[in-house]
Amino acid sequence: MGAITMLNTIHKGELPVAEVKLSNEELAAMTGLSPNTSRTALLSMVAAREALDDAAIPDFKLLRTGFVSANTVGGMDKSEDFFVDFLPDNNKGKLRNVFDHECGSKTEIVADKLGITDYLTTISTACSSSANAIFYGARLIKNDLLDVVIAGGTDALTKFTLNGFNTLMILDKQLCKPFDEHREGLNLGEGAGYLVLVSEKVAQTLTKPVYCKLSGYNNSNDAYHQTASSPDGTGSYLAMKGALEKSGLKPSDIDYINLHGTGTPNNDSAEGTAVKRLFDSHYPPMSSTKSYTGHTLGASGGIEAVFSVLAIKHGIIYPNLRFETQMSELPFQPETKFLKGQNINHVMSNSFGFGGNCTSLIFSRA
Amino acid sequence: MKTYIRSASCISPQKTFRNEDFLNDIVEYTGTRLSTIEPDYKEFIDPKLIRRMSHVIKMGVAAAKDCLNQANAEMPGAIITGTALGCIEDTTTFLTRIIEQNEELLPPTAFIQSTHNTVAAQVALMLKCHGYNNTFVHKGISFESALIDAIMLLREREADNILVGGTEEMVDSSFKILTRLGLYRRQPTSNLELLSTEAKGSMGGEGAAFFLLSDKASPDNVAELSSIKTLYNINDIEVGITKFLAESNLKPDDIDLVITGKNGDMKNDSVYNQLGSSIFKNNNIANYKHLSGEYSTSSSFALWLAANIIKSGITPQAIIETKVNPKATKRVLIYNHYQHKYHSLMLVSAI
Repeated sequence: MGAITMLNTIHKGELPVAEVKLSNEELAAMTGLSPNTSRTALLSMVAAREALDDAAIPDFKLLRTGFVSANTVGGMDKSEDFFVDFLPDNNKGKLRNVFDHECGSKTEIVADKLGITDYLTTISTACSSSANAIFYGARLIKNDLLDVVIAGGTDALTKFTLNGFNTLMILDKQLCKPFDEHREGLNLGEGAGYLVLVSEKVAQTLTKPVYCKLSGYNNSNDAYHQTASSPDGTGSYLAMKGALEKSGLKPSDIDYINLHGTGTPNNDSAEGTAVKRLFDSHYPPMSSTKSYTGHTLGASGGIEAVFSVLAIKHGIIYPNLRFETQMSELPFQPETKFLKGQNINHVMSNSFGFGGNCTSLIFSRA
Repeated sequence: MKTYIRSASCISPQKTFRNEDFLNDIVEYTGTRLSTIEPDYKEFIDPKLIRRMSHVIKMGVAAAKDCLNQANAEMPGAIITGTALGCIEDTTTFLTRIIEQNEELLPPTAFIQSTHNTVAAQVALMLKCHGYNNTFVHKGISFESALIDAIMLLREREADNILVGGTEEMVDSSFKILTRLGLYRRQPTSNLELLSTEAKGSMGGEGAAFFLLSDKASPDNVAELSSIKTLYNINDIEVGITKFLAESNLKPDDIDLVITGKNGDMKNDSVYNQLGSSIFKNNNIANYKHLSGEYSTSSSFALWLAANIIKSGITPQAIIETKVNPKATKRVLIYNHYQHKYHSLMLVSAI
C-alpha cells in the first residue's frame, strides 16, 4: 500500500491505494492474454490459473466444470478511455475498448482460457460479490449440477471506483486503520482471489490433500440503507449467525474471524456491534487483512477466502496492521501480533457491501 | 420437487403491466428501438424517491412489488435479480462527470445507485426483507443464472416465495455503442416487420419482469417452471435441446409451443430457422422479440409470456409464426441464444 503509481488520476499523491505492481503488459505476458484486455480480466486470469494449477485435478477435462466469478465494474478501466473520445462525438472511440465492458465478459475471457465447458456466470453484489460467488459455486456442486467450480472474484483499480468512494468521503488519506477508535476510512486496492471447489467424489481422486471444506455460509440483507450499514449491524449479524447455523458450529468453535473491516467508521462500528452480539464473552482472534490489501471490492471476498484457507493450512493468524486504540463502543480489539503454530479448525470470513448485501463464509479443517 | 410460478409481472414496450388485454393490442414502434410503457410509479414508490431513481430501478421495484401483490404475498423469502449492464444510466452519468469535470466536485448519487445490485437492494430495503439477496450479471444468461439460484434455494429448503427478476434499461450511450457493434439496425424498421425483414441487426429493447417462485402446489399458481438449463459454446444445439427434453422424459413433439429468440438479425436467426425445419418441424412456433426488442434479459419477457399463455389458454396472434397443431397449450419450451455462445432452455408447463 502506498502512493498511486499506476492509475492515471488527479488523486495521485493524495489518496493511498494498494496496487498490483505489474503493468497490463506484464500481466498479459504472464497470462497469454492481449495487453489490450481489461485489467479486471488480466488479474482474474493470473489468480484463477494459479488456483486451478494448485488444485492439480486429475482428468479435469472429463468433469463437469464451472467458473463463477465476481466483479463490480467489469471493463471500466477500458471504458474510461473509450468515453474520453466518445463523449464529444458518439461516432468516435475505439470499440475494442468497450465491446466487452459488461461484467460477464471478464468471466468469459478467463473461463475460455481455463477450458471451462459447462457453466459460467458472474455475480455482482458490490463488496460481498465474490463471497457470494464462492457459495453459489459450492451449491452448484451440492445440487449435483457440476463437479468442480473455480469461484471467487476480481477487480482492478479504476478512476470510476476511486472517485466514487471519494465522493462518499470514506477514503482515508493515510493508510487505513481498521477497527481503531481513530479510523478514518478505507483505502482501495485491486486484485483477484479464487478457490477451487470440488465435490466429495472428485476430492477422493486428488493426489494432494484438500485445504479445508466450506462448512457454512449465509447471505442476508441489512435492508437499512443503500450504502450505510445499520447501527446494530443487523445484516452482518444475520449473515454470521446464519453461517454458524449452517455449519452446526457454536460461536466458541470459531478460531479466527477474517473481518470485513474496511476501516470506515460506519462499517467497523456495525460489524463490531454484530460480532459483540454474537460472540460476547467468547471473542476469537480477529483481524482485517484489508490493512494489507486495501479494499479490493468485488475481489475482497475471494482474496480473504484465500487468507482464511491458508490460516487453517498453516496455523497462522494475521495481525491487524496499524491498530492503536480500542474502539470505545466495543469490548474487544483485533489481533495485532502475527501468530503461528495455532491449531485453527474453523475460520469465519465476512464480506459486506452496498445495498445491504452481507455474506459470511465458514471454512473448516477437512 | 417442483417449482411453481405463483405470479408474474412485466413492464415492457407492450401493454404487459397488469396484463388486461394479453397482447391483443400491439404497440407499433418505427425506428431502431422499443422503449417501455411506464406504469404509474407513484402506486409503488414514494414520490420523493421516484425523482432520484433511474429507469431500471423504478421498473424493477414496480414489477417486483406488483408481482408480490398479485400473489397476495407481503414478504419474499429471497430476492434474486439478473441484469447484464445493471444501472447503466447512473454508471454513464458518473463516468461522464468524471471526464467532463476532470474528477473534481462530483456528486455521489449516481455512483451510489450505479452498482449492479441496486434493484435487488432497493426491493429489499422497501420491503425490509433481510433474506437472501443476490444479483447475477452474466450477459445473455443473467436472468437464467438467477432462476437457477432460486431453484437451488427451493430444493435446499433454504427459502420459499423467491422473487426473481430480469431487468435491463437501454440508454442512448449504450444503444449507440451496441449499434456501432452491429447488434442493432441502422435503418428504421417497424417492429411489426422486424422478423419478416431479415437484415443485419435487431431492434433495441428493455424491460423488467419478476416472478414469485414456490415449491408449494396451489390451484392459484400460474404455471410450473419444469426445467431450466444453460449451455455454453455447444457444437450441436439439436443434440443439446433433445437431451434437455429427454431429461424430462420428453421428445420435441411433446412440446405444444416453442418460443424462440428470433430477433430479425440474419445471423442470429439462422439456428431458429434450421430447428424449425428439423426437430421443431411438427411444433407450433412463436417469437417475442418484435414485441420486447432485443436485450440481454429478454428471456424474462419470454417466461412471462409462456406463463400467461399457459394460465389463460390463449396464444396471442401477434407472437405466432407457425401453427401446425391445434392442441391446447400445456407445455411451452423457450429457446433463446445469446450470440450463438450462450443457449438458454426453459420448460414451462401447466400446473
